Amino acid sequence: MTLLEVDGISVTFDGFRAINSLSLSMGEPELRAIIGPNGAGKTTFMDIVTGKTRPDSGRVVWGEDNRDLIGMSESAIARAGIGRKFQKPTVFEDQTVRENLAMALKARRDPFRVLFRRADNAGRIAELADEISLADHLMRKAGELSHGQKQWLEIGMLLAQEPRLLLVDEPAAGMTPAERGHTADLLKRLAKTRAVIVVEHDMEFVRRLDCKVTVLHEGRVLAEGSLDHVTKNRDVIDVYLGR
Amino acid sequence: MTDATMTLPHRTPPVRQTSTFGFLAALAVFAVTVTVLAEQGAISTSFVKTLGKTLCLCLAAVAMDVVWGYTGILSLGHMAFFGLGGYAIGMWLMYARTEGLVVQSLASQPLPPTPGELRDAIGSQIFGVVGSSDFPLIWMFADSLFLQLMMVVLVPGMLALVFGWLAFRSRVTGVYLSILTQAMTLALALYLFQNDSGLRGNNGLSGLQNIPGFENTSQAALSLGFFWASAVALALGYLLFAWVVSGRMGSVLRAVRDDEARVRFLGYHVESFKLFAFVLTAVVTGIAGALYYPQAGIINPNEIAPIASIYLAVWVAIGGRGRLYGAVIGAAFVSLLSSWFTGGGAPAIALGGYSLQWTDWWLVLLGLSFVAVTLFAPKGIGGLVDLIADRRRPDRQGDYGPDKGAKRAEEGAE
Repeated sequence: MTLLEVDGISVTFDGFRAINSLSLSMGEPELRAIIGPNGAGKTTFMDIVTGKTRPDSGRVVWGEDNRDLIGMSESAIARAGIGRKFQKPTVFEDQTVRENLAMALKARRDPFRVLFRRADNAGRIAELADEISLADHLMRKAGELSHGQKQWLEIGMLLAQEPRLLLVDEPAAGMTPAERGHTADLLKRLAKTRAVIVVEHDMEFVRRLDCKVTVLHEGRVLAEGSLDHVTKNRDVIDVYLGR
Repeated sequence: MTDATMTLPHRTPPVRQTSTFGFLAALAVFAVTVTVLAEQGAISTSFVKTLGKTLCLCLAAVAMDVVWGYTGILSLGHMAFFGLGGYAIGMWLMYARTEGLVVQSLASQPLPPTPGELRDAIGSQIFGVVGSSDFPLIWMFADSLFLQLMMVVLVPGMLALVFGWLAFRSRVTGVYLSILTQAMTLALALYLFQNDSGLRGNNGLSGLQNIPGFENTSQAALSLGFFWASAVALALGYLLFAWVVSGRMGSVLRAVRDDEARVRFLGYHVESFKLFAFVLTAVVTGIAGALYYPQAGIINPNEIAPIASIYLAVWVAIGGRGRLYGAVIGAAFVSLLSSWFTGGGAPAIALGGYSLQWTDWWLVLLGLSFVAVTLFAPKGIGGLVDLIADRRRPDRQGDYGPDKGAKRAEEGAE
């Protein structure tokens, strides 16, 4: 079943074509890796899907009722079920691990409900904290955590949002080999029940994900298929691997 | 430890901070002490008024702290809402009192005045000073205390709603938003300075200390009454805001302050939350103004000049942003100190041939302390509480990622 259908999107920044009639389709569940050299349009692609950037043309169609995501606000898209993990861990450093998780928990998000519905789901928070190995740190401020712990907290916040599609930007950056293995396993596990798009530079990490790979180049899809398939592709070798 | 996390209460208490109850207790002790001293004649009526006004300023500062210290919107226009609250109540005070005086003076005539004559007489009394005798449209509810009390809430609330909606929707943030709020309060002040604004131009509204219906009550008793009303308003406002900034709402507001874009990707409509904080604080500031001006006795457009809102921000900065009691400390400390210096309380300092007059130099001192606090003590006076309570946490911020001070080396060694 198709969850996300990106259909011929293009976007130009000051004359530079960052995305050039890009099309891509994601099922649910599915794990997909997007690779490509710098400037291939990976981040711009994520910006468009999450509503941060508005494309000049094309459509982004979502879900069973074929909603067009273009023109929706970032927050509405997030509520529709798209979660985004940034490259740098962005957690709220001035707040405790518990507060960070409580904020991310799936719940109605209009101001008055947030104001009056004060009970949070302590059971679910404890569960999440266990899953990301931060159960002992719930009352610590996120700013005190180590880099790796912050990465885990952000992943926990994404899990709390219960997204149907997860966009993950370079999850392996800055991780130790052990953490990479851990992260690859987690992403594969998450992709059993939802759609996950991983944008990554690191080929070794992509190999571990063992999934369909989309190669972007100059804002277009250059090749698509298994990692072995795309790495044998002549164009891919020319622009990316054979540099 | 895992056990401890499992036994966390499922429902967090409405207001958690012990500082809230500490503050309320201190406020109660203060109010009772002032009352006792005033009854004994140890402090003058005018000083009771000063203290009552200070409590209103503290309430405005608490609101400012919520919108700036918690939500990160540096509004430099909140005193416009304070002034509007004052004007709203001032219109009723002036109308009702003038009505009383006019009825008295017309009582000697052989025929009782018709309602039209009465209204004309009140009009020429109030607006004679700006060469007019007709009631402008905005005075249509001035004869009703209830409706004008509604205006105290509605006028600042509506202005904040419209202004905030336009500004936040266009994603105006940071210093640009601050400039916009300055422009708002300046435009309002300039408009009110005009004689045909309907609010008596630069004369403003006066005689507000005379409360209709309490003609036979002494100013001493009235001032104590307003002092207590201000104290109760501050207590309720403080409780309200302590409740708002606790729990998930407080979490989201502080998150908006720290990283607005990230909050959007969590699915929160950031603009709605900003608008909520902006409007709620504007309404409370309006109420504070409505309690302040009957004690001040007079309101004119100078009160909402841009500098007034900047003072409000300075108080909060000096007291300590992001903690409600810090705002109270800042507003009380600086405004009382200010009236001491500018009221001639501080002795002039002779410097050889030059005599340093504090009425002139106080602003310089205030400006320097603001700069000093910003540079050397960003937590303000309230930060002292952390030192005393030894609540300082290891300050490990900014460890953002692989390219900036990452802990990769340490983690790899584990």
